[in-house]
Parts: sequence; structure tokens; C-alpha cells
Amino acid sequence: MASGHGDSVFANVVRAPEDPILGVTVAYNKDPSPKKLNLGVGAYRTEEGKPLVLNVVRRAEQMLVNDTSRVKEYLPIVGLAEFNKLSAKLIFGVDSPAIQENRVTTVQCLSGTGSLRVGAEFLARHYHEHTIYIPQPTWGNHPKVFTIAGLSVKTYRYYSPETRGLDFQGLLDDLNAAPSGAIVLLHACAHNPTGVDPTPEQWEQIRQLMRSKGLLPFFDSAYQGFASGSLDEDAQSVRMFVSDGGECLVAQSYAKNMGMYGERVGALSIVCKSADVAVRVESQLKLVIRPMYSNPPIHGASIVATILKDSHMYDEWTVELKAMADRIISMRQKLFDALQARGTPGDWSHIIKQIGMFTFTGLNAQQVAFMTKEYHIYMTSDGRISMAGLSSQTVPLLADAIHAAVSTVV
Amino acid sequence: MAFRRIILGQVGRVGERSMSSWWRNVQPAAKDPILGVTEAFLADPSPDKVNVGVGAYRDDNGKPVVLECVREAERRIAGNLSMEYLPMGGSAKMVEETLRLAYGENSDLIKDKRIAAIQSLSGTGACRIFAEFQRRFCPDSQIYIPVPTWANHHNIWRDAHVPQRTFHYYHPESRGLDFASMMDDIKSAPNGSFFLLHACAHNPTGVDPSEEQWREISYQFKVKGHFPFFDMAYQGFASGDPERDAKSIRIFLEDGHLIGCAQSYAKNMGLYGQRVGCLSVVCEDEKQAVAVKSQLQQLARPMYSNPPTHGALIVSTVLGDPNLKKLWLKEVKGMADRIIGARIALRQNLEKLGSSLSWKHITNQIGMFCYSGLTPEQVDRLTNEFHIYMTRNGRISMAGVTTGNVGYLANAIHEVSKSA
Repeated sequence: MASGHGDSVFANVVRAPEDPILGVTVAYNKDPSPKKLNLGVGAYRTEEGKPLVLNVVRRAEQMLVNDTSRVKEYLPIVGLAEFNKLSAKLIFGVDSPAIQENRVTTVQCLSGTGSLRVGAEFLARHYHEHTIYIPQPTWGNHPKVFTIAGLSVKTYRYYSPETRGLDFQGLLDDLNAAPSGAIVLLHACAHNPTGVDPTPEQWEQIRQLMRSKGLLPFFDSAYQGFASGSLDEDAQSVRMFVSDGGECLVAQSYAKNMGMYGERVGALSIVCKSADVAVRVESQLKLVIRPMYSNPPIHGASIVATILKDSHMYDEWTVELKAMADRIISMRQKLFDALQARGTPGDWSHIIKQIGMFTFTGLNAQQVAFMTKEYHIYMTSDGRISMAGLSSQTVPLLADAIHAAVSTVV
Repeated sequence: MAFRRIILGQVGRVGERSMSSWWRNVQPAAKDPILGVTEAFLADPSPDKVNVGVGAYRDDNGKPVVLECVREAERRIAGNLSMEYLPMGGSAKMVEETLRLAYGENSDLIKDKRIAAIQSLSGTGACRIFAEFQRRFCPDSQIYIPVPTWANHHNIWRDAHVPQRTFHYYHPESRGLDFASMMDDIKSAPNGSFFLLHACAHNPTGVDPSEEQWREISYQFKVKGHFPFFDMAYQGFASGDPERDAKSIRIFLEDGHLIGCAQSYAKNMGLYGQRVGCLSVVCEDEKQAVAVKSQLQQLARPMYSNPPTHGALIVSTVLGDPNLKKLWLKEVKGMADRIIGARIALRQNLEKLGSSLSWKHITNQIGMFCYSGLTPEQVDRLTNEFHIYMTRNGRISMAGVTTGNVGYLANAIHEVSKSA
């Protein structure tokens, strides 16, 4: 058959480094130890350490399969209309004036990543400022998404290693120094990777500062409902900015809060000053999407729309969602208690102060490596642990590992 | 709650800066020429309306079809254990099955692990990732695109910032292939140019090179050291036989070309809205394939992180089960045969109406589309006078032709073309 007939034009392509986050699971899977713990990638796990498909999602999926009148035609470029409307209501609130005034354009995208990318490409083409400020630290994929879309990436101070909390003054100073009109990425709730969120009062100050400098907010909302257990509460930062009548972008993901990870369900909303502008903006979003993948996948969005539009299923969802959030919160408490019980040196209160899927432990790379080697605990080298990967059974192992790490490794 | 106090109490309307939108200078974008046709069709209240615009299969009643093999696969999948993220490169099982379709069941390239491949967002996504890959690793290259081609091809390579050139393809006078000019363009392009080739059932013309012509093209590509990128969106759908429809690719592989290939399950498995496809790049050896795949994944990560799982599960369920695969092959042939029958019927109807023009091309062309040769003005008349919807380049989606409407369609085409 075919043999190499000369040099490949791609002969100089070198192998790309492993994605640091996904690489953790690769390493975990390779470890033969019977007692190991994967606290790497942020996907929810039950008390038994198993992935979870929500009951309400199963039911919705079964309904769709049983409906033989359903077809698999292409969705419009902007995706499933019903899904888009319901997603906007979810994040902005059912009574949002912005929605009622038709000032919001919402397009279905491939989860949070896809929403961010489409939004970034739109900004690179149509917005006068091409610098985006991202918090330090942030999800590893953020800078890649914005850079490849043609934006230039700068950072603003966010996490304070000393307090393991928010460096609020640093944040304000850096945003104040940003050029007027610059784009600012904000994590709507449950900051990834630190779990550190501004308080409502701090959000209000951020809002005032940003509006006074004409900074454009770009929200990444990947954990609505998953952080506090309340969908409305987790949307407050976004709603605060929309209430003042200004414009913003919001990327929504249903990966975690509906457990739809692999179905890639999300939405990008752009809140505009007027309905006329929203229509024009939507038409331009289509030009970004069409040469990228033509139109979004139908399956996940159909499931989400089925749930959101049925009040019983919606209520069921909120109960299952709260259960996931509550389990995570209880894991935080358990881990904190376990460290207190061991007399582990240091202040570990940040574990219960931080919120959402992740805890930024404050452990350094050497301590992390120690925990991996001696205790088979897998986590990213920045000290981030996925609380969703913990259970009552495994908390003691982790507490022992942390105790040993901070006692023996500096 | 604290937030509510703040919103109700302190927040006023934005007054610190201008009240106008950041987007006030955003122009309304032109409607997509292809998808805009269906929108117009849907808005038309006429009972006689016919949609031969967008390329999605319809049965003889004009209804969309979900294949039986797909429905069965979905019954098995529902209640699946998890919806976890796929790897960045997608479902390995689905990619493996998909490579076998394009490269052959017993392909040495597959055995030797020389193909870098990832699951993609249908054909569009495969082309886009390849275009970005081409831009990143062959930054001085351009892409040669046939005239005409699927309109979105131009958008894809443009958005990936790869400069475009064109090569002759369609011959309007004969409504066939302009082979001589095409070969001239291949010869005069700088050595090592990248070419976009439609593996079968060229969109929008339905005009494919013959096997002999493909061999000549492949030979000339060797002489010039060109890079062949195949867009294969209709494997199985063109002739009814997937092996036959992959002939162009197999010829190139026999000649030792290191090809790139975009595959789509939108049409041949009817999975349109599921967005399932595959991008593959043939490499010199396994090590290179590992490197190339890792780089393809690096382009997927900032676009969508990892591809959707449902459609891939359907494909791997169907192709992984011998009985379901047999059923699929039967259903694909059924679709292709209906289209071939519709071509024959349309041509016969036009000839029976006494049209003085030649309509041979309707049956010479292959696949979903027929390039009728109608002018934009004639197309407008078809729409305005007869409520027949198609793209203004005269492209007819044969899948929209049924025994019920073929007479009406032939009559209308005859009416607008008889004075030509």
C-alpha cells in the first residue's frame, strides 16, 4: 500500500505538551496504587466517586428518544431558539428588563469554551479595544481562547496568596489603570481555580469602577447554581451589571450545573443598549459561527430546553443541583475539620470560605509533588483541588497527605 | 440578600459616560445565501412551494428522515452511564471506525498508526481546524479552491487567515468538468501548493472527475509536490457505495500522497444537527502522527475544548455493530438510489416537455446537487412565479425533488428556460 513518498509538509511539527489539567487524569489513570485520589479535573463525582447523570436529564433524554416525530435537521446558526430564550432568562432573571426590551442577543455555543471563543472573535472584529484583562490566576484555557481570537491578554491582580482570599485593592488598582474601554473577564461566581469570589459590596465597587472607566464586562458563568446551591444568588453579579443599563457579554455553560459536560451545551449573550443594535450584533455573530462549525449540536441543547421549560422538571433540577452544591460544601467542612483535628500547621479557613468546585489550597508545587509521590493524590501543581472529587471516605487520606506535606516539605 | 439591597438601593442608570452602545457601528451582516433560502421558503404561504435549496435529504414525501439504524443506536445509548467530557481528540472508537471508511478496512496506514485524526464538528469543523493547522505550521502557504465550491469554504480559510487562490473546475458550456484548465492550474501553481478537492459529489455542481482523470490529477500532484486536502461530505451518498465514493482518495493514497481529509456524517448518516465528523492527516510515521494529532488538539482546545459526545456515540454504535452497519449501508444506498431516480425523472420530464436545451447533465452529475445552468434571473422567476426555492447559482438540491413535485418542477424550469 502507500509508502511515504517524500517529506511531509508537517515534518517539523513537534509534539505539543500535555494539557496541564487533563494531564493530571492521564497520570492518575497510569498509577497502579489501589489507594489513589483524583482531584484534578473539575467534573462532579458522587459520594461513591462516580460521575453523575442527573435524573431529570435522563428523563428528558428518554422523552426525546421516545418522540419519533423528532428529526436531526441542522439547527439555525444561532442554535435552538427556545434554548436561547430560556438560557437568557436563567442568567438574567425571568423579569429582566433587558430581555423584555429585546436588548439581549443569545446564541447557542459549545459550552463555556465555545461561548468565550465566539464572543472573543466578535470583539476582535467589532470592538474598538482589543485588550482583555483576565484575573490572576484564571482557568488555564482563558488566555489561549482570547489570544487565538486576536485579543491581547493582560492580567489584573485577583488572588492573594497571603490571605488565600481576594486581593481587592490590587484588583481595583489594576482595573483603574486599564485603558478606557478595555475588556475585563469576570468569573460570575465560584472563581476557577481559586474559589475566591468578591462579596456583594465588592462587586458593587467593581461595577462602579468599571462603568466609570467604560470597561466592558465579559462574564464567564460556568457554575450558576453549583456554587451556592441557588441559581438566582449565583447570578447576582451578572444581574447587578445588567440592572445599571450598561452592556456586557456573558458566556454560560451547562457542563457542571446540568452535568452535560460532554454534550457541549452553552450560550453566549450580549446585552446591548437597544433592540436594533442587538439584531445587528446577532447577524455578525452568525458570521463568526458559520465558518467555525456552521451550527451547534442539537442533542444537549434540546435536553436543557426540555428541562428549563417544564416547571416540574425545572424544580426537580434545582433540587438535584442543590444536592450537588451541598455535597461540595459539606466536603469543604469535613476537610477543614479533619485538618483542625490533626493540628495541621497553618490557617485552613479558606477551605470553607472559598466556594464552588475548587479550593486553592495554598500548597506549593513541591508539596503537591510530595503528595502525589507519597500519597497518590493527583491535583494540578498550582495547589488546586477539585472538591467534587472528594468523599467522606477519602477526606482522611487527603488530610493526612496535606498534614504530611506542610510538615515535611517547605 | 446583600445583592438585592445593593441593586435596589444604590445602583442608578449609567450616567458617568456616554449612553450610546459600543456596537452602534456594527453593520447588519448579509444573510447566508444558502440558509437564507430555507428561511424564505418557510415564510412562503403558497401550497405549491418546493424547497430545493439546502442540502438535507428528504424522502419521497418531502420529509426529513432519521435512519432506522440511528434510531436503534439512540435507543441503546439513552440511559447511558455518563456524559463525561470526551478527550480533546474526541471518541477514539468513532475516529477509528471513521478512518476505516475513508482509508479502507485493511489500510496499512491505519495499522501503522500513521494517521493523525481527531473527531470534529462535522465537515465544517474539520475544514476549519485543518485551515488553522495549515496557518500555524505552514504559514506561507495558501489554499487553492475550486470554482465554484461550497460558499462556506471561502469563509473558513479566510477566518483562519490562509490566503486563497482558485483553480478552474466547472465548465459552464458543457455543464461538466473543465479538465484541461484544471490541469493547467495544477501545473502552474507553485510547487507544494495546498489544494482543496471534493472527494466525490462535488458541491454545488455534482460534477466529479472520472477515475482516469483522478489518476492524472494525482500524478500531476506528485510531480508538483502539492498537498491534497479532501473534503468528503458525501461518502456513500453519491453512488450508494462508500467504497466506490472513496475511490479518489484511494487513488491518491496508492500514489503515496500524504493527504488531509475532512469527513462528515451529516448526510450519509443523516446526523446533520449532531455535528459529527473527523479530520485526518496522513503522516510519515507514527511519531509524526502523534505530534500532529497533539497539535490538532491544541487548536480544538481554544475553540470548544472537546467535541460533543452524543453524535459520536451514535456513529460508533452503528459502525461497531455488524448488523447495524449492514442496515446503515442499506439505508445509505436507499437514499442514493432515490436521488439517482429523481435525476432520471427530472431529466425525462424536461425532455418530454420538448425542451430544446440539453438536460444530460442532470443525470451525468452525481450526489445531492445538480448545477442546472439556470441564471440568477431565471432562478428569481422560479421563486417569484412558481414558489420554487433554490440558491441563485442555479443549484438544485435533488433531495428536495419527489415523485409528487418533479412534474411541477420540470414544468417551471421549462417555462423560465425555453426562451433562453
